[in-house]
Amino acid sequence: MKRTFRRWIAIPSVRALLALALVVMIGSIYNADGAFFRWSTHRDMLRQVSTYGILASGMTLVIITGGIDLAVGSVLGLCAVLFAQLSLHQGLPALVAVAVVLAAGAASGLVSGTLVTRFKIQPFVATLAMMVLARGLAKWLSGGQKISRVIQQPDGNFSYVDLPPVFRLLDSRLLGGDLAAVTLIFFGCLAISWVVLAKLRYGRYLYATGGNEEAARLSGVPVVRAKLLAYGLSGLFGAIAGICQAAQEQQGDPEAGISYELTAIAIAVIGGNSLQGGRGSIGLTLLGALMIGYLEKILSLNAVGESSRLMLTGIIIIAAVLLQRRKPG
Amino acid sequence: MGPQKLLQLSQIGKSFSAIRVLDGISMDLNAGEVHVLAGENGAGKSTLIKILAGIHPEYDGTIELAGRPVRFATPHEANRQGISVIHQEMSLVDSMSVADNILLGREPARLGGWWLDRAAQIRRVLELCRQFDLTFTAAELSRPVEQFSLSVKNRIEIAKALAFDARILVMDEPTSALNRAEAEKLFTLMEALKRRGCGIIYISHKMEEIYRVADRITVLRDGKWVGTATVQQCPEPKLIQWMIGRELSEYIPPRARRPSPGGERPRLEVRAFHVPNPDPSRPDAVRNFSASVHAGEVVGLAGLQGAGGSELFQGLFGAYGEVCLGSVRIDGELFRPRSPGDSIRRGLAHLTADRKSTGLVLGLSVEQNVGLASLPELSPGGWLRPGLERQAATRHIGALRIRLASLGQEAGTLSGGNQQKVVLAKWLETRPKVLLLEEPTRGVDIGTKHEIYSLMNQWSAEGLAILLISTDMPELLGLSDRIIVLHRGEITASFDRGEATPEKILAAAMGSGAVIRRDHEPQRAERDGLAWSASFLEESSA
Repeated sequence: MKRTFRRWIAIPSVRALLALALVVMIGSIYNADGAFFRWSTHRDMLRQVSTYGILASGMTLVIITGGIDLAVGSVLGLCAVLFAQLSLHQGLPALVAVAVVLAAGAASGLVSGTLVTRFKIQPFVATLAMMVLARGLAKWLSGGQKISRVIQQPDGNFSYVDLPPVFRLLDSRLLGGDLAAVTLIFFGCLAISWVVLAKLRYGRYLYATGGNEEAARLSGVPVVRAKLLAYGLSGLFGAIAGICQAAQEQQGDPEAGISYELTAIAIAVIGGNSLQGGRGSIGLTLLGALMIGYLEKILSLNAVGESSRLMLTGIIIIAAVLLQRRKPG
Repeated sequence: MGPQKLLQLSQIGKSFSAIRVLDGISMDLNAGEVHVLAGENGAGKSTLIKILAGIHPEYDGTIELAGRPVRFATPHEANRQGISVIHQEMSLVDSMSVADNILLGREPARLGGWWLDRAAQIRRVLELCRQFDLTFTAAELSRPVEQFSLSVKNRIEIAKALAFDARILVMDEPTSALNRAEAEKLFTLMEALKRRGCGIIYISHKMEEIYRVADRITVLRDGKWVGTATVQQCPEPKLIQWMIGRELSEYIPPRARRPSPGGERPRLEVRAFHVPNPDPSRPDAVRNFSASVHAGEVVGLAGLQGAGGSELFQGLFGAYGEVCLGSVRIDGELFRPRSPGDSIRRGLAHLTADRKSTGLVLGLSVEQNVGLASLPELSPGGWLRPGLERQAATRHIGALRIRLASLGQEAGTLSGGNQQKVVLAKWLETRPKVLLLEEPTRGVDIGTKHEIYSLMNQWSAEGLAILLISTDMPELLGLSDRIIVLHRGEITASFDRGEATPEKILAAAMGSGAVIRRDHEPQRAERDGLAWSASFLEESSA
């Protein structure tokens, strides 16, 4: 009995599930007069955590290679601006706009990846630089203004453009309002990362690279290409999140996504993915996203003020990570 | 009155989560003796040492220091009581200076311990080094440890132990990264320590070494005490029997030797191979290496640390990229080392010397490690096929007799010998033609060593060509059909099986009095104007 328990508790997903159960239990106790038990609460939680979750899906790949991608928040902002500009101002067809923005996101990820692999800059520093650079690019593209449906003409008058259907589509709800399109996209991103990690040869390459880069290289693992794939996908997911954000806000805000990368990292880590690389899974990231989502929801349902909310979130992240720590040896 | 007793361990026991790993171990240590602690991997040696070093504060039994019972809660406490452990894995901080490392944790300080006194530190370390014949200049003491060779690091570790005025030194396989000459220096240093009244507990898997240093031997097996004897009362067969609980027929199993290769094409043929030094201002790491290895042949490479054997393997394997000069043929086909992946496809496999840092991905499962170098075959079309991987791993686990709980077990949780077998399985799975083996039995117990030797015989019988680097002299002599000796990146001698002796090899490895076979061209040494070129003229095959 005791040994079976020990064996179970050593499995990371079991620990993450326990931590999630704890969070849900707290929610049931502080249920804000039953609000926590309403279906709409859970639905909204999923929708609100989706954008972070999309970023975390890509972040997980990078973290498993032993790296980190601080640029995704800025890539989100850049891509939101780019998407709004292309589809609202340039009037490009939705598919073309989406394709261009996705390509831009993936390209920015590949630049990070190249800095890390080819130029051997530490991931933290390389993506920190990309974070600043992409934010600057977003502000330059937008002239510091939000790119919205309102366009100022040269004569000083304002004109309005119709919202392209793709914006409505991405901000829509399915199943009678129970499932947000963005949540569906989040699940899609999780699925892509899951296939990469669990089903593809390159997924194994990601784990091997993060676990022991030199041993992997000497076993014929293409570590450079594996890392490029991780950072490329992370950038791509940043672009997906940017498009979703633009659709929800109906505009491209150059300030969008600031500090989102930190939430994405928190989701991956709180789920139990090791920042040292080589260990982790996309299931853990999903559990991490649910934990962060519920946490936010519980705190807002109970009308906890922002200052206390931030402090509590910090403490809870530490507690969750301590709870999941691997036993030494 | 007998010699002064420094240490008495009585009835030491230890359990990890209901598993009894040590039971009723008693052992003592006298001043001025080397007490060898022997046993296979997993026998409990490391656990016992960790208890003594204060790393495991929970244990049964008692420890007495000079008759006074003690119980250490932390490594620092053990240190203060004069016990210093020199670990298998170095415990130096690579980026810190030599002096900082030696005095780490007891820096001479002023102002109540907050202000470092650099000058006093250097003085203290210089004094210490003088006592033990460590020739560091004050400038060298300020250089980071990472700039020094493993051998020097090893002696820095010892100096560090002595800085704590240790009377009891525990050395856990201190020579595992040293070559013969460097090991000799260590043994001399140990003699000096004995004369000063220190007691040394010494752990080693090398027979030769045990009989070189031991005064007494204690053997553990499966966590239990098997016996203690003076070295005279414990000859090698008895020691082996104590360690493995059965008799080994022979240390190195005999191999059906192939008739001397005649006109047939060699599996691996290397001509005028150069491996550049990573630092371009320094001479090439390997110069003008030529050799051929036939199917079923084992060619040994001997040389001191830094002679270029490891660099040669890495160059051949493409680990440095496309930078090497010269020609390489595998089964007659020209091959240009480019990348490890490419070399694997062409039939090369390279077992590196350090399985933890370059051999295994410790966090991946056994199964995944076995398949790692053959993933293109095991995942057709880029999709993983768990069934194929499982099949491959199962096959090798049977053939290599790897002991594990499950295929999904993390490789890091296996014992050293089984880890080594997993790395070997990984390379066999690539179906190589040529095996480059670097220290295939480093840090594995004697039973596993024996198994690896038998496996090597089996592989060469199956037609593999094997190039072997080993610092274990009996192993090199016993396994190789030919031995090529390297000195500073060049071949200085080549011996057939019958003519090789440790003395000849050592002489050639140190670059003096070398003998060389006809098939190695001596003129390039003259071209390079090297000092010892004259010695090449002496022919050995007479």
